Amino acid sequence: MAMLEVTELGISFGGLRAVDELSMRIEKGGLVGLIGPNGAGKTTVFNMLTGVYRPTDGGIRLDGQNLVGKKPHEICKMGVARTFQNIRLFSNLSVLDNVKTGLHNEITYSLAESLFHLGSYRKKERAMDEKAMELLEVFDLGNVVDYRAANLPYGKQRKLEIARALATEPKLLLLDEPAAGMNPNETAELMETIEIVRRRFGVTVLLIEHDMKLVSGICEYLYVLNFGRLLAEGVPGAVLSNPEVVTAYLGE
Amino acid sequence: MLQKFKKYAVSRRGRDSLLCFGIVLIAYIAVQAAIAGGALSSQMKGLLVPICAYVVMAISLNLTVGILGELSLGHAGFMSVGAFAGIVATTALAETIPSAPLRLAAAMLVGGLCAAVAGVLVGVPVLRLKGDYLAIVTLAFGEIIKNIVNVIYIGMDGRGLHFSLVTQNFTLEEGGKMIISGPIGVSGVKTLSTFTSGVVLILITVFFVLNLINSRAGRAIMSVRDNKIAADSIGISVTRYKLLAFVISAAFAGMAGTLYAMNFSTVTAAKFDFNTSILILVFVVLGGLGNIWGSIIAAALLTLLPELLREVGDYRMLIYAILLIGMMLFNNSKLKRRLMEQRSLKQMEKLEQAADGKEGA
Repeated sequence: MAMLEVTELGISFGGLRAVDELSMRIEKGGLVGLIGPNGAGKTTVFNMLTGVYRPTDGGIRLDGQNLVGKKPHEICKMGVARTFQNIRLFSNLSVLDNVKTGLHNEITYSLAESLFHLGSYRKKERAMDEKAMELLEVFDLGNVVDYRAANLPYGKQRKLEIARALATEPKLLLLDEPAAGMNPNETAELMETIEIVRRRFGVTVLLIEHDMKLVSGICEYLYVLNFGRLLAEGVPGAVLSNPEVVTAYLGE
Repeated sequence: MLQKFKKYAVSRRGRDSLLCFGIVLIAYIAVQAAIAGGALSSQMKGLLVPICAYVVMAISLNLTVGILGELSLGHAGFMSVGAFAGIVATTALAETIPSAPLRLAAAMLVGGLCAAVAGVLVGVPVLRLKGDYLAIVTLAFGEIIKNIVNVIYIGMDGRGLHFSLVTQNFTLEEGGKMIISGPIGVSGVKTLSTFTSGVVLILITVFFVLNLINSRAGRAIMSVRDNKIAADSIGISVTRYKLLAFVISAAFAGMAGTLYAMNFSTVTAAKFDFNTSILILVFVVLGGLGNIWGSIIAAALLTLLPELLREVGDYRMLIYAILLIGMMLFNNSKLKRRLMEQRSLKQMEKLEQAADGKEGA
């Protein structure tokens, strides 16, 4: 059984059919790309997978469990984490606290312990610090833990967002244009990081990306969306040479 | 040991708590010294408890506005609930708990609890809204609370407490007395609040609010402030933490209300109106959103200021207004922004240096 099974997913906003009859299967441990021209509905798919939008038709199952109708925070607890196209960090919190916030449901203590700083407060906070530091080291952010997230340069903000998502210990990680705004060096570095993350955390990755070098470089399988419908799917080499896909991107 | 303390003092968290507790304790000692030396006028002495109550109000509102990031314009409503619940509690407990400080503490607990309940009742519908809409509805709820308290009649006699709304439809036995009589409010209550009890309440409030900020729950609340969608996406129940912050904030406002009410022999519902809510919001904004020690200083100074300006007579409110405008201009000035930018830049430079150092090595 596939880890993520999307069946005939569709959503309408008023009269606009943003996504229609989309079916996808992602196996455990896979690294899959979701591509397509601007406005094709890629981010809308992510928003449905994470519960931000409720699909009008179709089903989403993660390891056999239904995700449709669940709230975003419930879906996160079930094992789906994401990053955003326009970075959404907790900009006034420190880099460390951003990741610690991601550990919210992983390392827990009660409200009373929060208010009195008694009981397991110290022990759990230390455990959070250690876990967060470990993650930040993976992303080479270990030397900036005290900085406000908003003060980080763009590339590091993107990395921090991935680190925060990984803190929730997801089974499935959704990356929305992780390489947007990065120069070729940064993109190459990002590709390496994604590989490391996948191996080290055993996480399945679905990513939206426009950078074809990245997509063909690391993705094992691709889904191509156009006007909300599935245009093509398959291994990168075949998909990217598919004339229909080329036409969708470049026009006639 | 010293090393450890130094490290604590530089960290943001350590700096905040040292500043908060330091300011309050130093002010307390200074005021006690001034009282002993006879340097305080009776007007100033009369202001001490209200200042403490306003400081607690400012800290608690800062939890909603600065930490949770939702504008509330009805905070005086919770103060009102706490004030009147506290008065009823002290009257009812007069014989059970003869010790005045203990009775005041019990009254504060009752006041805080009642305000927390009011916080849940108001918070559940209100927190579904966003931004300006939320602010306007909190304003409305503040007025609703004021108008309800305005028509409450509570009396006590040998048979227990009697309660009615709009008109007084109970008669008391001989020896019974009215505690709250509608728009006339409360009169003839024995005052229990002292400056020391006020300072203790401030310290307790600071302790809990700072602890909350530096905890799992506090981070969740601040993450909701910074980015609701992202907070939701990493598994934080936005509604839950919004309500939590709002209710804790209401509870402390209730305790401040009890403290405030137990300082006067007469209290009416009209005291806790929109103007009071705005006054407290001004303390919070001028002290800095999310800045607890800023709230303490702003609340204390701005409550003292009209009294200090009494000497200039008719120009008092004019100067008060000019000072307020001046502070607002400074908070939004190029000078301040440049100072902030410089701080950010310094951080960035350090960051780059660190990166260079790493590459060099």
